Formats: sequence, C-alpha cells, structure tokens
Amino acid sequence: MSRKDINIVIGGAAGQGLVTIGQLLAKAVVRAGHHLLVTQRYMSRVRGGHNTYAIRMGGDYLSGGTESIDILAALNSEAFARHVDDVRDGGLIVAGTDLETGERDALRIPFEELAPKPLFHNTVMLGVLGRTIGLDRGIFEDLLGQTFGRKGGEVVEANVDVLRKAYEWASGRDHGFPGRIGPGSGSGRMMINGNEGIALGAMAAGCNFVSYYPMTPSSSVAMALIAKGAPLGLQYEQAEDELAAMNMAIGASYAGARTLVTTSGGGFALMGEAVSLAGVSETPIVCVVVQRPGPATGMATRTEQADLDLVLHAGHGEFPRAVFTPATPEDCFYLTHRAFDLAETFQTPIFVLSEQYLADSYRDVEPFDLDGLPKTSRPLLEWDGEEYKRYAATDDGVSPRLVPGFSEALVRADSHEHDENSRITEDKTVRVTQNSKRLRKESGLFEEVIGPDYYGEENADALLVCWGPTLGACLEAVERYEGDESLAVLHFKQVYPLREEQFMEFLEGAGRVVAVEGNATAQFARLIASETGFVIPDRILRFDGRAMTWEYVLKGLTDIL
Amino acid sequence: MVSIEEYGDFETSWCPGCGNFPILKSLKQALAEQGIAPRDVIVSSGIGQAAKLPHYLRCNMFNGLHGRALPVAQGIKMANPEAAVLCVSGDGCTYGEGGNHFLAAIRRNLDLTLLVHDNQIYGLTKGQASPTSARGHVTKAQPEGNRSDAFNPLSVAVAMKAGFVARAFSGEPEHLAEVIKKAMNHKGFSLVDILQPCVSFNKVNTYGWYSQRVYFPEDHDPSDWGAAMALSEEFGDRIPLGIIYRADKPVFGLGGRLAEQEYDRNDLKAVLQSYT
Ligand SMILES: Cc1ncc(C[n+]2csc(CCOP(=O)(O)OP(=O)(O)O)c2C)c(N)n1
Ligand code: SF4
Repeated sequence: MSRKDINIVIGGAAGQGLVTIGQLLAKAVVRAGHHLLVTQRYMSRVRGGHNTYAIRMGGDYLSGGTESIDILAALNSEAFARHVDDVRDGGLIVAGTDLETGERDALRIPFEELAPKPLFHNTVMLGVLGRTIGLDRGIFEDLLGQTFGRKGGEVVEANVDVLRKAYEWASGRDHGFPGRIGPGSGSGRMMINGNEGIALGAMAAGCNFVSYYPMTPSSSVAMALIAKGAPLGLQYEQAEDELAAMNMAIGASYAGARTLVTTSGGGFALMGEAVSLAGVSETPIVCVVVQRPGPATGMATRTEQADLDLVLHAGHGEFPRAVFTPATPEDCFYLTHRAFDLAETFQTPIFVLSEQYLADSYRDVEPFDLDGLPKTSRPLLEWDGEEYKRYAATDDGVSPRLVPGFSEALVRADSHEHDENSRITEDKTVRVTQNSKRLRKESGLFEEVIGPDYYGEENADALLVCWGPTLGACLEAVERYEGDESLAVLHFKQVYPLREEQFMEFLEGAGRVVAVEGNATAQFARLIASETGFVIPDRILRFDGRAMTWEYVLKGLTDIL
Repeated sequence: MVSIEEYGDFETSWCPGCGNFPILKSLKQALAEQGIAPRDVIVSSGIGQAAKLPHYLRCNMFNGLHGRALPVAQGIKMANPEAAVLCVSGDGCTYGEGGNHFLAAIRRNLDLTLLVHDNQIYGLTKGQASPTSARGHVTKAQPEGNRSDAFNPLSVAVAMKAGFVARAFSGEPEHLAEVIKKAMNHKGFSLVDILQPCVSFNKVNTYGWYSQRVYFPEDHDPSDWGAAMALSEEFGDRIPLGIIYRADKPVFGLGGRLAEQEYDRNDLKAVLQSYT
C-alpha cells in the first residue's frame, strides 16, 4: 500500500534551536489539518551533542515513526553526515551554504542573505521547510505572533518579515521534491505528546496534587500539570527525593487530595517501600513510571520497555495493583483518567507505565470530550453510619474511605498489620482476615480489566504480541509486509491483571506467535507464560535505546518467517 | 472546652517507666488546653517505640514508614491546611533514616510541629546507637563505643534558621506541655526535641543523668540567632531547656482543602484549547 506521508528530520546540536523549529513546524502541520507524529531523539546534555526532531506527516493516520527520510534539515555537518544515507531517493536535503555536503545535491540556504541576524536563522529554516511542503504562510505568521507576542510587536514583525523572504526565496527551488502533503483531514485538533496526555488525563480526573523528584523522561508530566493545573488550584511540590515524593503523595491522598506521582525507573526503585505502604494503608495513588533504559542510570534520554518486571513486583508483601501501558497520547489521557478512578475505587496503587518514546512523541488528537468522560469515584467526606472502621472487612474487600477532619469520625491509617479499627496487631486470625480482605479487591480490579485489541484477520499465520507504544511499529510492519503469510497484532494497553478469556483464543488460534518488545528478555512474554502457561516461542526484541520501528519489526519478521 | 479524656486512654506496649509516657500525657494536655478537638488533629508518625504514640491517642493518624513521617505529614498539611498537623517520632527515625527529610522540612517551612522523642538510642530494635548517641557510647552493637560524633539536631535547626526550635524533657512534663503549645502556635515548621529516657536500653542517659544537667536559661533571647547558636551547642554538663530560637519566616503557601476542591469544566476546556 502506498502512503502519502512525508518524514522530515531536523538534526543538529542541542541549543541550536531544532526543537523550536520542530515545534513550530509540527504545530503548523496540525493546524493545516494533517496527521502527524513527532519522534524526538536527544542526548543527556544541555548544549551540543547530536539530536533529532523527526516529524512524520500525512493525510492518513500515522502509526509510528519511520527511519527513511524525505527531507533532512541539517543544522550542522554532523547531522548531515549521520543521516544522509537514510534520505530516500528523490528526497531533499536542506542545509546552510556554509555546510559541507560533498557530492549530494542539496537545497543550500543563504542564511546571511535572508536574515539580518543569526537569531533569525531558525525562522528562515522554518520558512523554507514550510514553503517546500506547501504549507500556507499565514499559519506560520499566526504561530510566530503567538510565540513571540510577549516579546513585543517588533519582534513578531521582524520574524514575519524574515519568514516572507524565506518563502519567496524557496519558491521554485524545491529541487524537484514532489512531496507536497495532500489535503488535510480536519482542523481544530490538539498537538500533544504522551506526557501531556497523562497530565491532561490526570486533570480531567480531578487530580489536584502532584509530588515528584525530577528525572528524565518523566519530569514533563509534572511540568505540564504545574503549568496548566496550578492556576486552577493544584498543589505541587518538588520533593527532596523519591522517597519523600511518594510518601508525601500518600499523606496528601490520605487527607483527601487526588494524587499523582511521576518518576522513571531509577526513581521508582526508590519508591518501592512506599508503594507497599500505599498497599497496606489502602491509600489511592496513581504512579506514572516513564521508562528509560537501565540498569541504574542507563541511558537517560533514550527509550526502553524494561521496567515492567519492576513495576509488577515493586513493594514487599502482597497487595492488589493494576498496570496500564498506553500506546498513544490518547491512551495516556484515557488510561490515566481511568487509573484515578480505579485507585480511588480500590484504594490501592495503580500504575501508568509509559516510556521516553511516547513521552516525547507528539501527535494530533481530537480534543478530548470532557463531558463524555465517566465520573471518577471519590472518598467520603461525611460519616453518619455506625462506628467508623477504616479497615472494615467487607465482602469485596473495599472499606468505606473517609477523609479525616471533615466529620467526627476519626480516620486512622497504618503501615503495620492492623485490625478493622487500625490497631496494630500480630494476631494470626486478624492478619489473615485483613490480608485476605485486601487481596479480595483483586476480583474487583479483575472485572475492570481492559482486554487487548486484536488487529487483523482471524487465525493469522503469525500474530505479533506487543504492549505500550510498540503497537505503531507492529501495525505498520503488518501493513507493509509483502510475504505470503497473513499477519495480525495483539496489543495490550493493560498488562496487569491479565484475564485469559480475553485473549487466549487469539494466542492459540494463530499459526505462530511473536512477542515484540523493547527489552532484551521479553518480560511481557514471560508474564503471559507465568499467568497462562502459554509460551511465546518467537521474539523480536529491541534494546539499543531506540524506539521500535516498522523497519525493525519487518526485518525481525523476515528472519523468523 | 476540650477535655483531656477526649484524647482517650489506651494500653501501650511501652516499658514501665519509659520516658514516652509523660510525653503522651503532656501532648494530650497541650491539645486539650488549646481547645483543639480530636477530629481536627492529624498525627503522622514513623516507626519505633516513640512512633507508636498516635496509636495511644484518640485522633486522626497516619502511622507510616521508618524515617518517612515528615513527608507524610507535609503531604497531609498540603491537602488539608486547616488541620492541626503533628509529626511524632524517635531520634533514629527522624535524624537517621529521615535525615534528608528533616533538612527539607525545615527549608520548606510548612505550618506543622515535629516532636522528636530523643532517647539517644534505638529502642524498638533493642539498643543500638542512634544518631544522637554520644561518641564512645557503648552498646551491644557498638561494643567498643560509638565511633561517630553525635548529631546535634538543635544546632542544625538553628543553623538553618528553622522558625521555632526548642528542647524539652520528659521529666518536666508541665514545661513540655507549654512548649508543645507554643510550637503549635508558631506559624511555620516547629521542632521540639524531647529528652526521653529509655529505661530499658540507655543506661547512660537516664532520668537522673538528664535531671542533673537540665536547666532553664534565664535571660536567653530566642530572637538572637548568635546566642541561639551558642546555646544549641551546649549539651554536656549543662543542657538548656526551652525555646532556643524563634523567628518569623515566610510559610509555605497553601490553598484550600483539596478533598472538597473541583476544577471548573470550562477551565479544563480552556486548558485543552491551549494545545490547539
Ligand atoms: C526501613 C526500615 N529499616 C529498619 C527498621 C527497623 N527499625 C524499627 S524501629 C528502628 C529504630 C527506632 O529508633 P528510634 O527512631 O530512635 O525510636 P525508638 O524506638 O527509640 O523510640 C529501626 C531501625 C524498619 N522498621 N524499617
Ligand atoms: S525500649 Fe526504651 S524507649 Fe522503648 S518503650 Fe522501652 S523504655 Fe521506652
């Protein structure tokens, strides 16, 4: 199947403004009504290094990133050298006149001629790229106005002027590049990345407290919450460490806040003890873990799916939990919203397990329908029943959760084993009663499990099993596969608990089953095996710190099939 | 009027004669005398003998993890600024496992009161040295004597200009109750380090040992930071009791009670709009 999409890769050093160009171009693409997917690769440094901002755009929904480049915008020689081989035949290279591009034909921009000062070089690049792919100049003018408006009208005008010159210069100089994107598919869509999706989902669920300790790539969840939620009354705190962040969140939640903590693997490792505290004290907590490669400090700005085991097993002792693994910013929004509801309903920690690739990848999404969202459950503020027992042993294991300080009834929470009235105990009968009561909540969580999505024809020759944002690469690989075998994809956006009846027939009906994961040991395949006994024999695993792409999956498939 | 009885009377698991008993009694007295009802008090504690205190008090409580009582207390206060929030724990819990949280809580300056039962030993784990044990203090775990210098919580707190820094003693319960009241009335973070004899494991710092040394400095001016610094250093033949340092500082800003707060749908829609 042919795709009418364009992949623009802007490459350069940190500090050269590639994110600024990328963001504005991406926003313009969305405003022009096209679908888009942004993939960012960056290094753990503030200046220098080699970073890329890739924008894939088109009229069709884009499932994931791609490696083949249609337009390479090289901000320095390194970007040129590194990516020139990925530029497809008929693709275009855009670079300054001062850049060494050897034999390759390139659109060479005379920056000095078009801009009064180096400060405006980014605007020149934006104009040239915008003109080349046929975007309406007015969209950029609006964007420049919104971006630089605060700096005053003169700054905006100067930029608009440079933009116009760049547009004029670029017209007729497309070097035969045919890639105008087709007609748009609708305007009014938002451009958000995965972490923003999580922050918005949390806000839509009424989140009003976030505590965290900064760690890439999770920090931007907290940043987005603070930027958008604080003006509406959200309380936030950058804790002294992850232990404090998690315990602070638990304190706030106990006292009635709707609480989120956000971290990455290394930070989450430190939170383990408090996860267990949330379990035994039955305090609702939504914990967002945005993965990056480990062990330990690993590769701070790259991606991986290797913390599934950690999140599944975090905390000592036994208590209920659920783990969501979004594939897209929309998933991030809806699953985080749901996580808040489940955390409150079942009074236990609920996890949203994302990863750097999704955290930083922007997409165009329909504005979320806030009015259509289900209501999330809330704790009680009043108690007019009989004696209040915080840990009343009910049939479903869920005790009424009252917020302290609003009624005469006292609310007492405890990290020890305790009786229904929160008194410390070592009584064996009470222990069994309370531990069983907590674990009974698992049945309720089980009822709520979102089953996996199946894409493709029934009983396909090969079934790709994946979770999280690896979905896009799998779908596109299937679409582009040219062999004789029929292929299908089974995607889990909730990986725990698992309900066999939701997927076993797919596993058993497929000719071959292939696990596609961003880790080296097929952690999810092992989880399926331990929960169901079904062993997935074939694997396509990526753990070089880069996101799964359709090219990578296709290559793996060719080796297997 | 709130009577002491409203705060309950429970059987404890403390050793007979333990210095924790007078602290519990003074705390009840301080709460009753201020007219604070149990429903308006939330006590956060960590782990240790001292940290069991809220189990022996009729009020709201969160008995959490070793060393983490302060983060929980601060989370509670942020979510419910109207509650009287107390944090109660031992010296090991607060200054050892929770050392970083102690420093951060001073800097953050939320309006809550920290009561540390400082028995210079680990009680619950049966007698190892604690951060406030003197160098040379012999225990079963430190048979050749504690090899580290003692942590001085008061001079650290004063050096960091915590707004309210005081020391009290289990053997002076009336004074202790007064100090707790003043600490709770202070707007901002307040520390009361309470000398608490552990009759089972600390054979050095006994009731007698403390009694012979404690005194009430007569003309100490708690607003004089230099004098407070000097006084906080005093711990040996003479141990000063009372308010060591006091200053008004900006208090961590808070909103309303988060449990009853909802966003306006239209405000949220505007947030979504800002992404188009
Ligand atoms: C994370 C963790 N580490 C260690 C312990 C074991 N522990 C329980 S109480 C305690 C020390 C308590 O000393 P202190 O805070 O001085 O209180 P005290 O018992 O003297 O009142 C320790 C180490 C624990 N419960 N949790
Ligand atoms: S061990 Fe020491 S501190 Fe603990 S209850 Fe006994 S006397 Fe008190």
